[in-house]
Amino acid sequence: MSRSMLPRALRIVAIVAMASLAAACAQKQQGVDGQAGLGGPGGPGSAAPGSAQDFTVNVGDRVFFETDSTSLTPQARETLNRQGQWLRSYSRYSILVEGHADERGTREYNLALGARRAQVVRDYLASQGVDASRIRTVSYGKERPVAVCDNISCWSQNRRAVTVLN
Amino acid sequence: MKSFLTAALLLASLFVAPRAEAVLELDITQGRVEPMPIAITRFGDASGNPQLGQQVSEVLTNDLRRSGLFRPIDQSAFIEAGLGVDAVPNFGSWRAINAQALVTGRVTPQPDGRLKAEFRLWDVASGQQLVGQQYFAAGDNLRRIGHIIADAVYERLTGEQGYFDTRIAFVEESGPKDNRLRRLAIMDQDGANVRYLTGSQNEIVRSPRYSPTRQEITYVSQPIGETPRVYLLNIETGQREVLGNFPGMSFAPRFSPDGQRVILSLQQGGNANIVEMDLRSRATRRVTDGASIDTSPSYSPDGGQVVFESDRGGTQQLYVMSAGGGQPQRISFGDGRYGQPAWSPRGDLIAFTKLAGGQFMIGVMRPDGSGERIVSTSGSVMESPTWAPNGRLLLFTRETSGSGGGPTLWTVDITGFNEQRVPTPNFAADPAWSPPLE
Repeated sequence: MSRSMLPRALRIVAIVAMASLAAACAQKQQGVDGQAGLGGPGGPGSAAPGSAQDFTVNVGDRVFFETDSTSLTPQARETLNRQGQWLRSYSRYSILVEGHADERGTREYNLALGARRAQVVRDYLASQGVDASRIRTVSYGKERPVAVCDNISCWSQNRRAVTVLN
Repeated sequence: MKSFLTAALLLASLFVAPRAEAVLELDITQGRVEPMPIAITRFGDASGNPQLGQQVSEVLTNDLRRSGLFRPIDQSAFIEAGLGVDAVPNFGSWRAINAQALVTGRVTPQPDGRLKAEFRLWDVASGQQLVGQQYFAAGDNLRRIGHIIADAVYERLTGEQGYFDTRIAFVEESGPKDNRLRRLAIMDQDGANVRYLTGSQNEIVRSPRYSPTRQEITYVSQPIGETPRVYLLNIETGQREVLGNFPGMSFAPRFSPDGQRVILSLQQGGNANIVEMDLRSRATRRVTDGASIDTSPSYSPDGGQVVFESDRGGTQQLYVMSAGGGQPQRISFGDGRYGQPAWSPRGDLIAFTKLAGGQFMIGVMRPDGSGERIVSTSGSVMESPTWAPNGRLLLFTRETSGSGGGPTLWTVDITGFNEQRVPTPNFAADPAWSPPLE
């Protein structure tokens, strides 16, 4: 019956195996912040606490999703926990949560999928004590990829929700 | 511009011989057909401007060749050169080059600036005239004359409605893949006369659909940072307006067959439901309601039913329901995910995009879900099928992969044969085939 998907276990192995490649891909093609692929803090950031750079570098501005999924992974929850804490500390910011999908889906469905991803992040941050009135969401569907190669390493970077500070 | 759109083409009269019996016919229902050899003469013109007639011949020849059903014979092989529209052909000389059908014609500029176009279609074997017509057209509608004659030839020889005198709306994509400029555009069905209707780097446009009855397009516009919303655009005046005052994202619009309503998806939290809007009263009516993504609705040609995609069963699948409400019935049961259903204007088939085994496919099935047939497959993204007005061809997007890749437009016969690229100046996606032009 199911030619359509890799077995789940195999998929996870594949994603792990691709992780280093993903980071390389991101840096090469986008100049995206190297933390982005990992969604967590790396070394000590030199950014001023409370700055947008601090948020992006030391907190992690994005979470990633599995194919056709809107469930938060454990890593995504960790990132969002840090985001929640940071946003509670720096309440002067309102935020826009952008939901995105990879290119491996149909356009309209991916627009709705991106909206649902943004909504999931919004709900999670609200549950972490971030006032919901500070959070706006938007979906870009598959129209705004950050990584443009044609393999799983790029697709996995594009299935994301990005928290943008205002 | 007005004349470009309103196209003052008049069918003046059938002239000369009465229509003959159906001696020459092409059965196009059986999949791959041997293309019919057809001779299309260089159309003469009485003005001393040889370009006019030749251009019409070229448009006509290109249309018939691209249909896959005809094999236009190279003009250099013609024995009876310079055959005019008033002459009876020497059929032996056309049989000698294996022509089965022969088209002659003439384009004549009129004192009032219009063009008069005359043509005849001959059955070479029997020596009978099958069609003889003349048209008057505005002076800037030379290419349309070619398309209208192509429609007449196609209709006479296949028994099917022609589709050459039509347009395509699409989203043009240019610039790098991670920072595309997306412009709403329309063009003739053969890729000529591209015209841009939007053009901002700060706006993402998606999903244009032609009104079946007016010079209008509905589509989705999203200024960067803002919520996508469904718009209605008047092609002639360029005026556009948001459809509805919805709190959330509205998307995936499509007109009803009578042009009076637009059906679309409305985002509410994590879910998308289908709503129908009456364009006169602007009253909305909920069609679906639930904790799922319901989108890409498409009416049956009688307006009585709606097909849409929903993940209510766990994955994207196709459902059909009464447009008035009621319980949706799932119709897709194969491996994989199904989306973007488009109901054929004939009513007999529903086209869809399918994702299975890492492949993208364009396929068709009957409205009850039986008879699924894949007409094209790709490892890269392929999507957005839209029907030719005669229900014989599908137009869709196929992408080339990687950073330099992008979408292009393709047509395919519903039998799966004769894939043809539709030429566009840049990458192009989200096609919508217009109804036949007035």
